[in-house]
Amino acid sequence: MTTSRYDAIIVGGGHNGLVCAAYLARAGRKVLVLERRHVLGGAAVTEELHPGFHFSVCSYVVSLFRPKIIRDLELARHGLEMIPLESAFTPLPDGRSLCRWPDWHRTRREIAQFSARDADLYPEFGLAMGKMAYFARELIDNPAPDPASFDPRELMRLLRLGKRLRSLGPDLMHLNTQLLTMSAVDFLDLWFESEVLKAPMSVSGVIGTFLGVRSPGTAYVLLHHYMGEIDGAFRSWGLVKGGNGQLSNAVASAARASGAEIRTEAPVSRILLRNGEAEGVVLDNGDEIHAKVVVSGLDPRRTFLGLVGEANLDDAFVTRLSRFKFRGSSGKVNLAVDRLPEFACRPNDNGRADHLRGDIAIAPGIDYLETAYDEAKYGDFSRRPYINVVIPSVLDPSVAPPGKHIVSCFVQYAPYHIKEGADHWPNRREAFGDAVVDTLAEYCPGLKDTILYRQVLTPWDLEKEFGLTEGNIFHGELSPEQLLFQRPVSGWAHYRTPIARLWMCGSGTHPGGGVMGAPGMLAARAILKTNAT
Amino acid sequence: MPIPSPFHPRTSALCTGLRWKDWSGYHAVCSYGTCHEPEYFAFRHAAGLMDVTPLHKYDVSGPDAAAFLARVMVKNILKLRIGQVTYCCWCDEFGKLLDDGTVWRLDEHAYRVTAAEPNLAWLRRNADGFDVTIADTTERIAAVSLQGPNARAILKQVTDADMDALRFFWLTRTTIGGRDAIITRTGYTGDLGYEVWVDNDDALPLWDTLMSAGRPFGIAPTGLDALDVCRVEAGFIMNAVDYYSANHCVIEARKSTPYEAGLGWTVNLDRDPFVGQSALRAEKERGATRRFVGLEIDWDEFEALHARYGLPPELCSEAWRDPRPVYTAGGTQVGQATSGAWSPILKRNLALATVDRPHAAIGQTLRIETTVEFVRHRITATVVEKPFFDPPRKRAVAGDAS
Repeated sequence: MTTSRYDAIIVGGGHNGLVCAAYLARAGRKVLVLERRHVLGGAAVTEELHPGFHFSVCSYVVSLFRPKIIRDLELARHGLEMIPLESAFTPLPDGRSLCRWPDWHRTRREIAQFSARDADLYPEFGLAMGKMAYFARELIDNPAPDPASFDPRELMRLLRLGKRLRSLGPDLMHLNTQLLTMSAVDFLDLWFESEVLKAPMSVSGVIGTFLGVRSPGTAYVLLHHYMGEIDGAFRSWGLVKGGNGQLSNAVASAARASGAEIRTEAPVSRILLRNGEAEGVVLDNGDEIHAKVVVSGLDPRRTFLGLVGEANLDDAFVTRLSRFKFRGSSGKVNLAVDRLPEFACRPNDNGRADHLRGDIAIAPGIDYLETAYDEAKYGDFSRRPYINVVIPSVLDPSVAPPGKHIVSCFVQYAPYHIKEGADHWPNRREAFGDAVVDTLAEYCPGLKDTILYRQVLTPWDLEKEFGLTEGNIFHGELSPEQLLFQRPVSGWAHYRTPIARLWMCGSGTHPGGGVMGAPGMLAARAILKTNAT
Repeated sequence: MPIPSPFHPRTSALCTGLRWKDWSGYHAVCSYGTCHEPEYFAFRHAAGLMDVTPLHKYDVSGPDAAAFLARVMVKNILKLRIGQVTYCCWCDEFGKLLDDGTVWRLDEHAYRVTAAEPNLAWLRRNADGFDVTIADTTERIAAVSLQGPNARAILKQVTDADMDALRFFWLTRTTIGGRDAIITRTGYTGDLGYEVWVDNDDALPLWDTLMSAGRPFGIAPTGLDALDVCRVEAGFIMNAVDYYSANHCVIEARKSTPYEAGLGWTVNLDRDPFVGQSALRAEKERGATRRFVGLEIDWDEFEALHARYGLPPELCSEAWRDPRPVYTAGGTQVGQATSGAWSPILKRNLALATVDRPHAAIGQTLRIETTVEFVRHRITATVVEKPFFDPPRKRAVAGDAS
């Protein structure tokens, strides 16, 4: 039995746990991180699944990772390098295609093939969303103010936010309301007429949720696409050189440099309680480790129902927790291929393919997306799913052998709760993988012959292997009722929990999922403020 | 009117952005597309191939070649071994900088000098009494720079030369596609990189060979704009941007000594006489009154300044070279930043500056002029170590350890 005393034990070496650990260690705290798997990063992990191919197994791009964390933890010095994606390509089955580029006039001409009016409006839309995103940024870099609180500081913060929102002017106030209430499609209909443009844009409103592009409340997630900050520019997505695991490794390196201790293959079986307070953890091997605080990077359900135990919690809290929606809706198919994929609608030019240097959306129409959702509603995966394809090896040749490529496919919908029951996913796994490859092969006719290796991750696999409850990639749906002061449950949105000395720092807390790091940073800040350590 | 380089048929076909400028009388690509950023990332994450033909080249040969170069260069060229390359600068008799470049020893009595500016007249003027021949080979030799983490792997595909053994700042004579070439392990990006030098007639085959061998390694043609960001990250000084050749200066104040320009390390004072020696000795004893330093511009202040106008922080993705005054906290101007860039790889807002010596120590807090919404402001900039970017792979001998 180990009894060495730490200031803080972080349960889970995902990127948020590591960020939290690094901030606490930098503040001089004695920190221990315990990771169940053999590799750090949680869902932000790189693994060499096939010789020479380094896959970002789960999360595969970054956009919202907070620049402040990069600066504070000096992550560039610890090996973090980011490469912006250069395009957004939408192939169509009829031989047409749309590609959006950083070069505005090039994008304008591309959109004008489908609608000259939309082409002109596109930058106006970008500006409006950019302004909203600049406002929203304040929300993700700070704890969520709670309108139900009587704490005068909370009220002051709300007042300040309200003033800022008003200063945006009536147009943006209206936009804000529209974003929070409308469906992604309805919202985009206010601006654009071309479905070829709207379909790939709308789909970003439903990533990681069990909602369709016509479901209300999906509009606001569109903002995410304008909230990314890379190199000070508000733009969308980037890759981490070496795969997303390199981000986790850089944070781990920063944490270690400040004295944090990090253990892998150290699964925690439960949180040790004494008189209703957390006093440490018990590992699977029976070791007990004590600390002044325990911080869980796991999602709220695993933390409380798994590690704390229902018996130790208040009924009302358990009820609210059980209503927190996970219902994962996506899977991942990772391919190793022996040559650069080629899309029939836009052939490669002698080995060059600028339109493959970014993200590729199989989203050829709104009805296509809605049909994909329909299948999921009734308990099946989509036969023709939405696929977000990224070929990281085009921008970062270090992840694959020379001339060979990784094709990363994020796939929606793949509901955790299939009609046979989630436990039947292993029997459906390869059929799901086939549906994805078949769909992609309709656009890339030669694809199947080039596949050297295929990994299929269903929501069930995401739960079993990566601890993502019900396969939800965000530790709980990012839908308006599960955000801000209601994430994960109202009254407990500030990283504290009903168990004294137990804190949360994962994506199940404000501001939520995505490789953002903000929950980890904000949790550390909250813990340090209380002097609990 | 600039002339095309021998690579022009290839570079012009690829340069769809039509962004060109005049570099030493040649048409030179600023960026191949409308934006240089993908080229920057190619330099840093894969490999960039750049036409560097416009560099001035002088072949110096003859029994006195070494003695002559030792006489004109601030560095003791007599120590240069066959196959070795060195970076150095040269000065007028008053110890004021004229130019900087490289000197290579090709053979017992054969050297090559590369320079930013035409230097033939000055070299010949100083050659009296030396048994040397100085040939301007600028327009006879074509050169490309291949820079980035995959540069070595690409060259291994096209040459039998032992690239694993070629050390930083050494050269090898080899053949590429059956044609003679010299590979120097040099460059202006501060990264692993090489420059390949061939006769003009061999330029196009060289380009094609490298582009095709480089494709699986992510090679991209790269222009001057991407290079400019890299060279700021590398902390390299640039003639006519960060200092001015004494030959072109109207007033003394514009001239610089190597000590002021951060090139004091290239000066070997204690040896046979060389041009500028006594002035440089005096300067060294006196101590340079200015220093060439790296600055990091404070991000939080930069962001807060923009927030005052309701703006998100806006960075220009290109390197800048319009000089910006640098002040003490008290408001006295103590120098100027002459180039700078946001470094995407380091996530730091960087500048290169010349500041008065009392304010040049590492850690010194200064203020730099920053314009937001047409209004001039001053924000904190701290003197920091150069080079800003210096990966181990730059000098590593074998493997691709980065």
